[in-house]
Amino acid sequence: MIEEIVLSASDLGKQVSSPEGALTILENVNLQISSGEVVALVGPSGAGKTTLLALLAGLDNPSCGSVQLCGAQLETLDEDGRAQVRGRHVGFVFQSFHLVPSLTALENVMLPLELAEEDDAAARARAALDSVGLAARTGHYPRQLSGGEKQRVAIARAFVRSPSILFADEPTGNLDTASGDRVIQLLFDLNKKSGTTLVLVTHDKALAAKCGRVIELEAGHIKV
Amino acid sequence: MKSLRFALRSLSRDLRAGELTVLMFAMVVAVTSMTAVGFFTDRVARAVQAQAAETLAADLVIRSPAAIDTAYLEAGRQAGLSTATTAQFPTVAIAPGGRSLSIVNAVTEGYPLRGAVRIADEMFGESYVATAVPEPGTAWAEAGLMARLDVSVGDSVKLGSAEFTLTRVLEFRPDQGMGFMTLAPSIIVNADDVPAMDVIKPGSRVTYKQLFSGTPEATVAFRSSWKDRLQAEERISSIEDASEQIASAINRAKRFLTLASLVTVILAAVATAMASRRYALRHLDTVALMKSMGASQAFILQSMLFQLVLIVIGTALLGIAFGYAGQTVLAELSARFTPFELPQPSMQAAVLGLVTAATVAIGFALPQLMQLRTTPPLRVLRHDLAPPQLSATLLYGVAIVALVAMVWSIVRELKLLLYVVGGMAGMTVISVLAGWMLVRGFTRFRGAGGIAWRYGLANISRRGRESVVQVVAFGLSLMVLLLLTVVRNDVLRDWERSLPEDTPNYFLLNIEPEDWDGIEQLFVEQTDVAPEFLPLIRGRVTSINGTPINEYSFPTQQGNNFVRREANLTWTPTLPESNRIVDGEWWPADYDGALQVSIEDQFARNLGVGIGDVLGFSVGGEAVTAPVVSTRTIAWDSLAPNFYLVFSPGDVRELPQTYLSSLYIADDQRDVLRKLLQLYPSITVFDLEVTLAQVRSIIDRASMAVQYVFLFTLLAGVVVLLAAVQVTRDERRFESAILHTLGARRSQILKGIAAEFIALGGLAGFLASLGASVIGYLLARFVFDLDYVVDPFLWAAGLVSGALIVGITGTLATRKAVNEPPVRVLRT
Repeated sequence: MIEEIVLSASDLGKQVSSPEGALTILENVNLQISSGEVVALVGPSGAGKTTLLALLAGLDNPSCGSVQLCGAQLETLDEDGRAQVRGRHVGFVFQSFHLVPSLTALENVMLPLELAEEDDAAARARAALDSVGLAARTGHYPRQLSGGEKQRVAIARAFVRSPSILFADEPTGNLDTASGDRVIQLLFDLNKKSGTTLVLVTHDKALAAKCGRVIELEAGHIKV
Repeated sequence: MKSLRFALRSLSRDLRAGELTVLMFAMVVAVTSMTAVGFFTDRVARAVQAQAAETLAADLVIRSPAAIDTAYLEAGRQAGLSTATTAQFPTVAIAPGGRSLSIVNAVTEGYPLRGAVRIADEMFGESYVATAVPEPGTAWAEAGLMARLDVSVGDSVKLGSAEFTLTRVLEFRPDQGMGFMTLAPSIIVNADDVPAMDVIKPGSRVTYKQLFSGTPEATVAFRSSWKDRLQAEERISSIEDASEQIASAINRAKRFLTLASLVTVILAAVATAMASRRYALRHLDTVALMKSMGASQAFILQSMLFQLVLIVIGTALLGIAFGYAGQTVLAELSARFTPFELPQPSMQAAVLGLVTAATVAIGFALPQLMQLRTTPPLRVLRHDLAPPQLSATLLYGVAIVALVAMVWSIVRELKLLLYVVGGMAGMTVISVLAGWMLVRGFTRFRGAGGIAWRYGLANISRRGRESVVQVVAFGLSLMVLLLLTVVRNDVLRDWERSLPEDTPNYFLLNIEPEDWDGIEQLFVEQTDVAPEFLPLIRGRVTSINGTPINEYSFPTQQGNNFVRREANLTWTPTLPESNRIVDGEWWPADYDGALQVSIEDQFARNLGVGIGDVLGFSVGGEAVTAPVVSTRTIAWDSLAPNFYLVFSPGDVRELPQTYLSSLYIADDQRDVLRKLLQLYPSITVFDLEVTLAQVRSIIDRASMAVQYVFLFTLLAGVVVLLAAVQVTRDERRFESAILHTLGARRSQILKGIAAEFIALGGLAGFLASLGASVIGYLLARFVFDLDYVVDPFLWAAGLVSGALIVGITGTLATRKAVNEPPVRVLRT
């Protein structure tokens, strides 16, 4: 069986200007991730994990190098073009959940379906919430949910459109250990069921160990 | 369409979650106050116009020296207008006891179409409104005519070949005018009696008038369809051409009301800008999230625009409904204080409401909301990222264009527009500078007080730009509130003072110098007041710089009209109180030389003359010339005797002249007039009481409207304060949670917040007082033509009310944030 490459980066670099002059955050990053893989990006604080995630997901522009995501060459696209790629292929789970406070749990999950104008948004969102064990919480607002519940809503939202690839940025960073474990289990289960590629940023070694592959970053470089 | 559906869903969710409450509240207040003011001022303006119409006795008058073609009458009736006809001519009235020249007013049924004729059952008796015109064969004569003829009610008078029974005393005709044209007393008869009188012959001096009244639309349509078809000698006039006194009062009334609604617009716009800023700030994360899920900039922009359009429609409808209800309450309230009927409002104010909502949204909300589309999607990972700052030129440029457009749509007067916009711009620049200095300067005073003071000042200095914005916003709203107080209390008081209780209510005309002593003695005996005598010269302008007026080309028709008739002129050594020199110089008080003339400014422009031009006059058959040495403006609504043309003392004494006197006669002293007319039958008494009441009533209505409008403006001001506090509310919630966690007591945090708002309010109050004083002075001096003295109390009021209003409102509005349990805040 030929493994399909869904995400690849070559000679990827990111520099920002600072009062002390240009600051290199990432340099010479090369990687390839195949369909269905579960990859952990690990490293100490400031190693450039989140920056790499942002570049791989097309949320930011690299200073040099290229990223191919689901067949699209991201650096050749403008912001709207990259948004289109994300809308079609990508799901996100964030450390701070990023639920819209004015929307109920159900409406938060419906949001990506509504943006894509897909049918049956409410029914599909309900099913997604059911799959994360929150069928009884559909009408609750984020402020009425616990941290673990919020992250489960975020996971339901990330999977509801069956993305090809899912990026998770420190998904357990804001949760206690028990809730964190439950959320990770859920993430892995859903990933397995849907065959989605999962790219996970974490500094939790135990969590990284559960992933199929670990890419370690140090001071902006991939540690070989 | 995808974005429309999404916009609808987002809007309903945001509404439900209360995200749009402040923004929509601000816009609803804007529209409500604008439409309530619009509906109400429309009604008051119509009432005022109706009153002006009374001075014509109609909405529209066609006058001619020849009998008027009945085609006008027919056309007017067909256009749904009410009609009446009058003919005015001089004739000698004869009674057994004497004879006198009189002016006959022959009227048809329906006269007057506007206003009312007042009659009395006996001379100087209690007057009441006549409900019909005199029956054929009967007449109503002025008291002056009856005194000259030595007749009373019930006696007979002969006019031409016809005999009339005097059934009433004529006290007032709405169209009697304020000029001194009718030197002979009036008598009203029925138009059917004119043929029997047999006095109208070819060459007789008759003024025929065809009166019309109806809806404004029908009147305007009728005027425009007929005005070009008039015969050469026919003139058409409507309420716009009403007498100077009334027109001047209406003009001022409009300016007062305009100013009041303007203030509301500006306040509401400021509130909307602040509320939409808060909305935009709170939606940065949502937009970044939507972008991370694939939403394009165009989609976000369209969705925002749709939402804004829906908000405009929604707030406009709500505001118009509230505004309509509000004006009904205003009208009800006003009815309790002044017994006058307000006509129904037109729907123009509803359109104004929609335009207001749209303009406020475009000028003050759109730029902030549009900027949301450029939120970087990376914000989902890095919370400190925000959209690129809007260029100040764009942000303020759009707001200023919208503001100027709104102000212009209301004032339609360049001078007032420049003052208001200039004042606001100046105030904004000063506020920004002062706010910046405060923020910089206050950092040094942190150590001067306790922990609350330090925390409050630290907040001001740390929020830097925010604090400056708040000082500007507080300052501007306080300034307009103070300005309105200045206008309401000082300018309005000055205006009312220009018409004190003892404003002359009678003019005495045709006084001969040899009668002065006797008249003075009579008045001192009866009323304790000695009348003053002013010379009155009847003359006609015959040439301008040597060119006979028949060959002179006048810049305006009014100028041409004026010189065609005999004018009232006077002379005086000193400039009358209600006059102000525009150009040239008034002659010295002891001037005693060749004839000079001072001319009213607008009149000079109508004649096309200025300083140094020489006017030729014919006075009593004598030809004289006088150079123009000054031009003046006249406050016509002072009701003092005023003249377009005033001669210098000196040679003028050679010209034929009589004298006039204006005096105040209280109701219980009116008997002196009867005695005066018996002793000096040649004197004409001119009753100003009703005209005076008309002008007073206009002032009363206008000032009352301004006072009620003030309530709406106050509400708009409070919304601005709330919106300003709302902007920083989320941040404050978080800060007080942290401080609580660190062990700060609730009272300590509250004191710190109070210190911050009191300091902000004090500075805003200082700036507001400064701005209000300057603009108040400019408005009074150059727009309303009143003397205005800056009130030191205003400064105290500005500082104290600024500190108090902002301190209390700010602290109260933030209190909830302080009261929230810190754990809940920190968890979210």
